[in-house]
Amino acid sequence: MRLRSLVAAVAATALGISLAACGGGDSDDSSGGGSGGDQTLTYWASNQGTSLDNDKEVLSPVLEKFTKDTGIKVNLEVIGWNDLQTRIQTAITSGQAPDVVNIGNTWAASLQATDAFLPFDGDAMKAIGGKDKFVPTALATGGKEGTDPTSVPLYGLAYGLYYNKAMFAAAGLQPPKTWEEMVAAAKKLTVPAKNQWGMALAAGSYTENVHFAFINAAQNKADWFNADGKPTFTGDGNVQGVLRYLDLMQKDKVANPSNAQYDNGTKSVNDFATKKVAMVINQNNADSSIVANGMKAGEYGVVPFPAPAGGEQVASHVAGINLSIFKNTKHKDAALKFVNYMTSAETQTTLGKPFASLPVLKDAKPVFTTDEAEAAVFQDVYNTKSKPLPLVPAEDQYESTVGKAMNAMFAKIATGGTVTADDVKAALKTAEDQVAASS
Amino acid sequence: MSVATETAAPAPAKPARNRSRLEHRPGLNRWLPYALLAPAVLLELFIHIIPMLVGIWMSFVKLTKFFIANWSAAPSAGLGNYKVALDFNNAVGEGLLKSFGVTVAFSLITVAFSWVLGMAAAVALQPEFRGRGLVRTLFLVPYALPAYAGILTWNFMLQRDTGAVNHVLEQLHLSDGDTFWLIGGNALISLITVAGWKLWTFAFLTLMAGMQSIPRDLYEAASVDGAGNIRQWRNITLPSLRPVNLVLVLVLFLWTFSDFNTPYVLFGTAQPPAGDLITFHIYNASFLTWNFGTGAAMSVLLLIFLMIVTGAYLLVTGRRSRRA
Repeated sequence: MRLRSLVAAVAATALGISLAACGGGDSDDSSGGGSGGDQTLTYWASNQGTSLDNDKEVLSPVLEKFTKDTGIKVNLEVIGWNDLQTRIQTAITSGQAPDVVNIGNTWAASLQATDAFLPFDGDAMKAIGGKDKFVPTALATGGKEGTDPTSVPLYGLAYGLYYNKAMFAAAGLQPPKTWEEMVAAAKKLTVPAKNQWGMALAAGSYTENVHFAFINAAQNKADWFNADGKPTFTGDGNVQGVLRYLDLMQKDKVANPSNAQYDNGTKSVNDFATKKVAMVINQNNADSSIVANGMKAGEYGVVPFPAPAGGEQVASHVAGINLSIFKNTKHKDAALKFVNYMTSAETQTTLGKPFASLPVLKDAKPVFTTDEAEAAVFQDVYNTKSKPLPLVPAEDQYESTVGKAMNAMFAKIATGGTVTADDVKAALKTAEDQVAASS
Repeated sequence: MSVATETAAPAPAKPARNRSRLEHRPGLNRWLPYALLAPAVLLELFIHIIPMLVGIWMSFVKLTKFFIANWSAAPSAGLGNYKVALDFNNAVGEGLLKSFGVTVAFSLITVAFSWVLGMAAAVALQPEFRGRGLVRTLFLVPYALPAYAGILTWNFMLQRDTGAVNHVLEQLHLSDGDTFWLIGGNALISLITVAGWKLWTFAFLTLMAGMQSIPRDLYEAASVDGAGNIRQWRNITLPSLRPVNLVLVLVLFLWTFSDFNTPYVLFGTAQPPAGDLITFHIYNASFLTWNFGTGAAMSVLLLIFLMIVTGAYLLVTGRRSRRA
């Protein structure tokens, strides 16, 4: 016991030193100091815009307005997605945390389990405007079911099936309503000789892959965890859902095998924008990249990602960004005011367009596009056809193990191998064992 | 350092006075070396020793996401983390074993490849010729280039549809230009090529420096006796370079075995199974699944393995050297 506390003390010193050296101590200057007891919040924002600088440009006037209204200053740092999770882990470990932080909403239950975040209980929830202001499915992502959430929704995102109107018209096709129609259209629009493919998949991105494993299984009414939070990856619905998605490249051959190297969603969106593929499934924030890559608004349409005939109408997971307050903040009230401000109707409208996000507030209208039909499709998917990823502490492990298993299976298909239902089941069993062994 | 030279410099001029000053301050005399060593020891403590001790402590506790906010209170895991890591019938242990196998293959082939290439280049650049300096400098580019920039360039070149490698192979009619280099089985070949490309110049530099110290007259005498280039290399160069080679091979092995940059930059966070090097595997176990206890146990196992290999290597080569 004594040894442990000694080790802990020494280690804490060492960690403190190394973290201070890394510049993790910027929340120090939030501790009162400054001029005449002004409060300064430290806010870590995730990268939503086209670059970290673009995020700063978009957020700065919004934060200045907050300071003007309340006298509370906000010290902003924008963090890229690749670094965000590690930075949050370090902040939790060292206690040198910002006051408020953006998180990917799929991490909410995992982060909640660390006990490092402020629960939005009755009073805290009231301080940010009450839970009734949020879209219920969005608020449901805030933490484990039946607990006070430790994060609240900030920017909403949902998947949609983007299609090239001209290509569809030329082939005499209608936008697909079922999975079968989507595959049939994709086959018709796949012309390998012209290097044209029906669909592009981010088949080398484990985060994208796990989303589609989830959605396809949900369409089969299958769950990835049981009520006790234990993994149930090898159920028939899960296996068949995964295989259905893999078959877009394997059996249906409507996606270029090269897609197995696409390690993020941008590459598949670029293929769509440059008209190499007729369809891509992406979240609504793809709009800006599609336009930036040369496709004009109006040249593409969006429909909900279809389920197979007779399947459950799940077209997306509830995607997006949530806001959390670190429990050890010295400025709880100021932080609550800030969360209230960021989730107010006015701020949501201001940020909705530059960040191409869906509003997380009830009755709010999306402003990310001028195409009303598209806005309506995404809003409908987000509000009524989406399901949160598993709200269990092991969600992060589910993402990495199942997502990476899918990467490997796509790689096998791309390099000429075959993946059967038994192979999928075996891969999911390995993923399940990994989750079981490390939770 | 500067203190030492300042006190030493005037010493010859006033030896008696200086000595008496020190004799009158036996305390200072005794403590000065320690005081001079202290900063280095402190830094070593904070940079290496303490993190290593923390790592060892972590390997004996259940440091998961449930405890990282208050990690000194993480419950003891006993040998649990080691059992999970070493249970090869279980997914975690099986993954570690596979990744260990990949790393052994990667490390041995990369070291061999780098050494052969480095040796060939060092031998080829021994004779004087016009532009030798330029060629030597060019050879050192991979070593001088920031790792990130070099590996990222390889990543571009190894892309299937747009990469230069497939394009060149297609032009030379060596393949149809459809080969995957970054996923599937070829991932290991790519990893070895990129790591070898970075490492061989270090071997080249070290061996070339070693060759400079071999007396020229040995070669002259040998050539008078009619020994050809190959014989000279085998009977003079290689034995003379023995001490250099012993260190070089060990250093190359330790570097490749614990290489993290190459797989991380080449593959991103989604490394293919064929390129799943052990350091990267441990990083994933720790940071992607938030299981720092098991990750730490894997790190300690890796440390023990490398210590055993190094110890055995030094013992065997030391014994051979003494015999020789």
